Amino acid sequence: MSDLLQLYQDIILNHNKRPLNYGELDGHTGKAQAHNPLCGDNVTVYWKSVDDILTGITFEAQGCAISRASASIMTGLLNGKSSEEIKDLFSKLLGFLLDPDSEATMDEQLGDLVALSGVRKYPARIKCATLAWHALVDNVSKASGGE
Amino acid sequence: MSFDVASIRKEFPILKTLVGKKPLVYLDNAATTQKPRRVIQALESYYTETNANIHRGVHYLAERATEAYEEARRVVARFLNAGTEDEVIFVRGTTEGINLIAHSFGKRFIESGDEILISTMEHHANIVPWQLLCESTGAILKVIPVSDAGELDMEAFDQLLSERTKLVSVVHVSNSLGTINPVKTIVEKSHAAGAKVLLDGAQAVGHFLVDVRDLDCDFYVFSGHKLFGATGIGAVYGKYDMLDSLPPYQGGGDMISQVTFEKTTYKAPPGRFEAGTPHIAGAIAMAEAIHYLNELDRTDLISHEHDLLEYATGSLSELDGLKIYGTAAEKVSLLSFTMEGTHPHDIATVLDADGIAIRAGHHCTQPLLQRYGISATGRASLAFYNTREEIDKLVESLKKIQVLFA
Repeated sequence: MSDLLQLYQDIILNHNKRPLNYGELDGHTGKAQAHNPLCGDNVTVYWKSVDDILTGITFEAQGCAISRASASIMTGLLNGKSSEEIKDLFSKLLGFLLDPDSEATMDEQLGDLVALSGVRKYPARIKCATLAWHALVDNVSKASGGE
Repeated sequence: MSFDVASIRKEFPILKTLVGKKPLVYLDNAATTQKPRRVIQALESYYTETNANIHRGVHYLAERATEAYEEARRVVARFLNAGTEDEVIFVRGTTEGINLIAHSFGKRFIESGDEILISTMEHHANIVPWQLLCESTGAILKVIPVSDAGELDMEAFDQLLSERTKLVSVVHVSNSLGTINPVKTIVEKSHAAGAKVLLDGAQAVGHFLVDVRDLDCDFYVFSGHKLFGATGIGAVYGKYDMLDSLPPYQGGGDMISQVTFEKTTYKAPPGRFEAGTPHIAGAIAMAEAIHYLNELDRTDLISHEHDLLEYATGSLSELDGLKIYGTAAEKVSLLSFTMEGTHPHDIATVLDADGIAIRAGHHCTQPLLQRYGISATGRASLAFYNTREEIDKLVESLKKIQVLFA
């Protein structure tokens, strides 16, 4: 049961049940959807950015606890960041998820994202843990012209 | 006399698997069934005693392999009660079978403005080939709706059927809902309207006997791996005169009568539709799976599965917030469900930690799940080697999930 409890830590379960920043963002400047064709899960990320700095971000998701929690934690971390900083953080997250011995790479920048550590034992779920990130990172620099 | 599930289970080596320390509870039979020992042995003995290419060698092994492959065709023909073995085409599986018919029947019979009728509960394999055919010909795809209980709307079917309908292609048993469709009625009505009928039997043949002549369908398609055989093999049944009127599917070796650069002539069915070296071992092993089933009493298997379905439906329904999708009067032992507050993927992951294998997702039936306003279900699909104890384990594990995600 321990791999399982690591996957479904309280932080994950809480974000799943009571996600942060859920729903459409009023006055968003960008919006992107990511879809997992394997399972049919969908996540939509809305953001607002001014001069390449993110000033607001929300999401909506039809998906599992891992994808919802990951999206929720993501929206809590990114305000005030530039698209480059967002990309850096995403590559840190990927490095963390893909490296089974990544204790050492735990970074305080990752914040609650380290609660996704359990995903490392479930390779099939990495796509869930990164779905919202893909929606944002693949689109934030091109669609976020701001005013 | 009474059904002895313990001795049946002994025939399936994989059922002894431990997942971690927990015994495997395999409830994903709609995805693929497990194989009895004699099917696995048939594959091995083919490669140790028979292996050669078929239909063109004169040596000992080539004749032996050809005879075994053609005997497998006769076994499949008898299994379906086809008129002759020439009505059985070996393919990779149901998907390839439907594509074959879409290609060859489409080329011969489908023109712009013709209509092809499918249903909301089709697997993507019985949707996309028709969309491709419609795109290339200008034909129109029409869809029979389903009810809340997961049954075809037969009144809508009557209205959709017209002289423009050239083909009705519907699933015999739904892989997402378990519904057994009234295919005999569908065939009668379609024929009366002048349309041909293809039945997707992928989920049917593993649960009950199918008699294609009694159904009077024009085509019937199924996969070996859902019939306790190997992956990569399946069969298309087609009425001989129909098959004989169709152009080839793929071109290549073994499907021709004579090749010159000016003109190539094709073999009669089924050879015309079997280009290249087929999955010889798979066909032989599928015949072995059919022998295995034939030696069991199918009535016993059906009543055991029915008992499992009733038992599972009763126990799952007692769980708070659990909703079963697919409550048709006629259904096979398959339960699609959602549980409030927990996504099906999370359910499947937690069940897996208890050794329980179910499927979570859209089951390649996205339009059907959209019909019910959901994107995924958990699906427990049972075979005759499953037991009530395994259902108890499923229910216990689901209760734990409710606590974890509460």
